Amino acid sequence: MEIVQLVMIGIIASIFYLILQEFGAPIGYLIILVTSILIFSVVINHISDVFELIHNLGERASIEGMYIETILKIVGIAYLTELGSSLTKDAGLLSIATKIELAGKVFILVISIPIMTALLEAIINFLPVH
Amino acid sequence: MIFDASILFQIAGIGIIVAMIHTILKQMGKEEIAHFATLVGFIIVLAIVINGLSDLFQKIKSVFLLQG
Repeated sequence: MEIVQLVMIGIIASIFYLILQEFGAPIGYLIILVTSILIFSVVINHISDVFELIHNLGERASIEGMYIETILKIVGIAYLTELGSSLTKDAGLLSIATKIELAGKVFILVISIPIMTALLEAIINFLPVH
Repeated sequence: MIFDASILFQIAGIGIIVAMIHTILKQMGKEEIAHFATLVGFIIVLAIVINGLSDLFQKIKSVFLLQG
């Protein structure tokens, strides 16, 4: 039961954070950072398992590799953006967190450009254009 | 245990010790050295954390096919 360990790590980290906050040390923020890293690096192993499954299913359904890769990239960018923006929010820099989220959205849009053009091409081919 | 949680305890220990040193130096009336000690402790912990962060980013890159 890994989830029990993760929850305990979260609780212990919050206790440490409260203790260190009392001293007014900036190391309290590093506790948050380390806890995020620990939890995320545990979760990412399982995410890679799920992605392997998705890859296999896509290959079996003979979906073009580009589409699934794009989806994986988008999910990755979303996870990274979430991590960065929540950490920045914890430090109290709300405006920078908003900018990070904006950057994530823009990069997702940029990555999905090939799929959008493929879709538009398909639609244009369907239409009876003279 | 798959992952290593001892880094959390390490950092908390360093933080508490640095806070103690800070308080003692402040009581002795050496404010500048106290701030310097806090800064050094912060940098030591940061060096530990940055390693973990770079590991995590490498892993994310390899899992989510974000090479280049």
